[in-house]
Amino acid sequence: MSVPYAKLPAWVDYGLIPLVNLAVAFLVAGLVVLAVGQSPLRAATLLIEGAFGYGEGIGYTLYYATNFIFTGLAVAVAFHCGLFNIGGEGQAYVAGLGVALPCLWLDQFAPWYVVFPVAILGAALVGAFWAMIPGWLQAKRGSHVVITTIMFNFIASSLMVYVLVDVLKPTGSMAPQTRTFADGGQLPRLDWLLASVGLDIGGAPFNLSFLLALVAAIVVWIVIWRTKLGYEIRTMGHSPSAASYAGIRQSRIIIITMMMSGALAGMMALNPIMGDQHSMQLDFVAGAGFVGIAVALMGRSHPVGIVPAAILFGVLYQGGAEISFEMPEISRDMITIIQGLVILFAGALENMFRPAITTFFATLGSARADKPLPAAE
Amino acid sequence: MTNLGKKRGAMNDIAIELKGIDKKFGLIHANKNINLTVRKGTIHGIVGENGAGKSTMMSILYGFYQADDGDIFVDGKKTEIRDPNAAIAVGIGMVHQHFMLVENFTVLENIMLGAEESQILNAGITKARQELKRLEDEYELEVDPDAVIEELPVGIQQRVEILKALYRGAEILILDEPTGVLTPAEADHLFRILEQLKSQGKTILLITHKLREIMAVTDEVSVMRRGEMVATRATAETSVEELAELMVGRRVLLQVDKGPASPGKVLMSVENLTVRDSRGVDMVKDVSFTVRAGEIVGIAGIAGNGQSELLQAISGIRRAVRGKVELQGQPVHVTGKTDAAELRRRGLAHVPEDRQHMGLVLKFDQSENTILGYHDDPKYLNGVFLNIDAIRKDAADKIEKYDIRPPNPLLKTANFSGGNQQKIVLAREMERDPAVLVIGQPTRGVDVGAIEFIHKRIIEMRDAGKAVLLVSVELDEIRALSDRILVMFDGRIVGERAPDAGEAELGLLMAGVEDTREAAE
Repeated sequence: MSVPYAKLPAWVDYGLIPLVNLAVAFLVAGLVVLAVGQSPLRAATLLIEGAFGYGEGIGYTLYYATNFIFTGLAVAVAFHCGLFNIGGEGQAYVAGLGVALPCLWLDQFAPWYVVFPVAILGAALVGAFWAMIPGWLQAKRGSHVVITTIMFNFIASSLMVYVLVDVLKPTGSMAPQTRTFADGGQLPRLDWLLASVGLDIGGAPFNLSFLLALVAAIVVWIVIWRTKLGYEIRTMGHSPSAASYAGIRQSRIIIITMMMSGALAGMMALNPIMGDQHSMQLDFVAGAGFVGIAVALMGRSHPVGIVPAAILFGVLYQGGAEISFEMPEISRDMITIIQGLVILFAGALENMFRPAITTFFATLGSARADKPLPAAE
Repeated sequence: MTNLGKKRGAMNDIAIELKGIDKKFGLIHANKNINLTVRKGTIHGIVGENGAGKSTMMSILYGFYQADDGDIFVDGKKTEIRDPNAAIAVGIGMVHQHFMLVENFTVLENIMLGAEESQILNAGITKARQELKRLEDEYELEVDPDAVIEELPVGIQQRVEILKALYRGAEILILDEPTGVLTPAEADHLFRILEQLKSQGKTILLITHKLREIMAVTDEVSVMRRGEMVATRATAETSVEELAELMVGRRVLLQVDKGPASPGKVLMSVENLTVRDSRGVDMVKDVSFTVRAGEIVGIAGIAGNGQSELLQAISGIRRAVRGKVELQGQPVHVTGKTDAAELRRRGLAHVPEDRQHMGLVLKFDQSENTILGYHDDPKYLNGVFLNIDAIRKDAADKIEKYDIRPPNPLLKTANFSGGNQQKIVLAREMERDPAVLVIGQPTRGVDVGAIEFIHKRIIEMRDAGKAVLLVSVELDEIRALSDRILVMFDGRIVGERAPDAGEAELGLLMAGVEDTREAAE
């Protein structure tokens, strides 16, 4: 018999608990900063100011957040089907080809608004393909998707090194990257968006793919909660035995879900390649695929949670860069530690404080319920 | 080992007394001011519907939970029971509904577990063997101490649980739904053991929802309803009807009202069906039967004799190895590519045995569960999109028609009681107007009030000309509802009987004694 604890109000579940987790993560991170002899307060101030203090900082924060929205959605979609797609990193990396090739092909003679849809399609298709193989192996061969997607990250990494060094690198260049795209391969920046609230974006690469990410979030919500396919995915995720009882073809759903997940991860490649660097460089994903896992966990696999969670990690990335610039004693690795702590408390230890908070609200609730009732008898 | 002498010395004839026990889980008031007196050397029954608070009360007594308020007296002394170890120390032992045994240990090893007494086992083993021998002799609990648990039938495993409690010096034994997994014969044996224990001065608390058992073995019975102790009766002075009424709070029809069947043409036929489980063991062996329109065919048997695999194969969830199945005269590819969705389209509705894992997605709300399996139906869809309005409207209709409570289509299914969850499944499957209805364990974990409703609905389906295949481990239910009874044992159908066949005869068949006709006569 399970303990029938009363349900928590939604604001506690979705608001308070993540905030408590976050606060603890920052507290521990503060101790780490203290341990290397620096002022946690100064670091915190730099973090906040770096991320929010000026237009360019906000631009960078949102630029990073764009990456994390895509990869977070990718992980979330797979979660709904009970699949743990750890391969977002590799799927996004390979999907870079889906972005870079149309750009290299069309950028000289087509405007960006022609190249962009082709690149979106390319990124989604390549990402979907890279996730489809582990999906197929899971569905038909029972190879666990966690293992295979990790392996596919390594394969992707090696493949892309080969492609960039031996195939796409312009002759004579020393850098393992494609040539810089012409105007047709460059997405417009969203400086006007921030300018409308009086902020100057400066050199931040905040670009159109942010809006695409928001559209993707809405589409994911619709697909998961409002379509037949989403219903089948959720049934699978909650209860595979109920799915087979309902006659849902499991292998089909697994493969489709992995492809959707891969497509979302793949679209992340648009942001750095077309939006920022205007070329495809080595390791352009830079860990965004893994951050997506934390974002999805923190956002409860719901688009409404994922967007703010992605922005939070955008803050950590941008503010962290600022800290390591202003406080040389705190190296880039320290920032990674802080991010790791946030992932640890917000993701992996998500439920650490839940029992205590549940008990607290339960006693609060029953104390309230008791008052109008006279004692028994 | 036991402190029997000491306890007799106390000369107190009350074994356990609960005074004003109160327990809340959040907003749920599981036990309200419970008072209970259990006399020493008696068998005391506790009955109540699911969620009445029986398990909570017993868990408090055994130290799993702490009461918010109230006192426990053991042998007249006020006692704090902080954890199960404290309960064992004052002589309370518990036999759980799901056995707490290490499957690949021997009986002796299981009995010693947690009471080894030293790091080197040898001395302990010798001592345990002697003590076990003594207990077996004293209470007629024969068990081979060197048998491995997983090779023993459940009835014997349960004896090991009882021995475990006695080995730890239990004077008071709590048994939680002990007969759920037993054959009628095993249950009878258990009751003889309980009588024996009683005659040796032990006190027994028997929790069950089977009123007939209460009537058969207890001296006194207490009834719980919605967290309250509503009555305590001497068993000799009460009746099944009165107890049922006390449990539910209103009059309950225990006898199913059923006219004679008028079977029509065969709607489902199964021929030489063989089904293998995931381990590669044949669980259903060469099974053949037919179900006609307008009749209820019941499949009786102890859980685990292939009923689940049979149900899954004929409803398209599990692929069969061999055999032919026809649905409304048309063949079904049970050995090949067939799935539950196809069979549903062809007029088969299936209420699965395991509603929590199969029949429902507990994290879905009620409206989402009303379309499970029928989510391809155009009436629930707008193209590829779900027609949320139509789904919720349909869910609300079913709530009304099947009296599902609370009447909220947006409530998570996990928050409905067992009976109401089952009604959600029944409403979904029955309202499709299927030709064949396959039902597994229709009333498992369902409260008395809802059982009556569910049984009535099943009879109505029959009377409307549906072919009904009923699988249940509750023999009473099979006998009350079926027009023909098939008995399954070890994957085979070992006999067919009319519903008026004697319980003893069916019990023997269920235990695998094939030719019972002479034996029973």
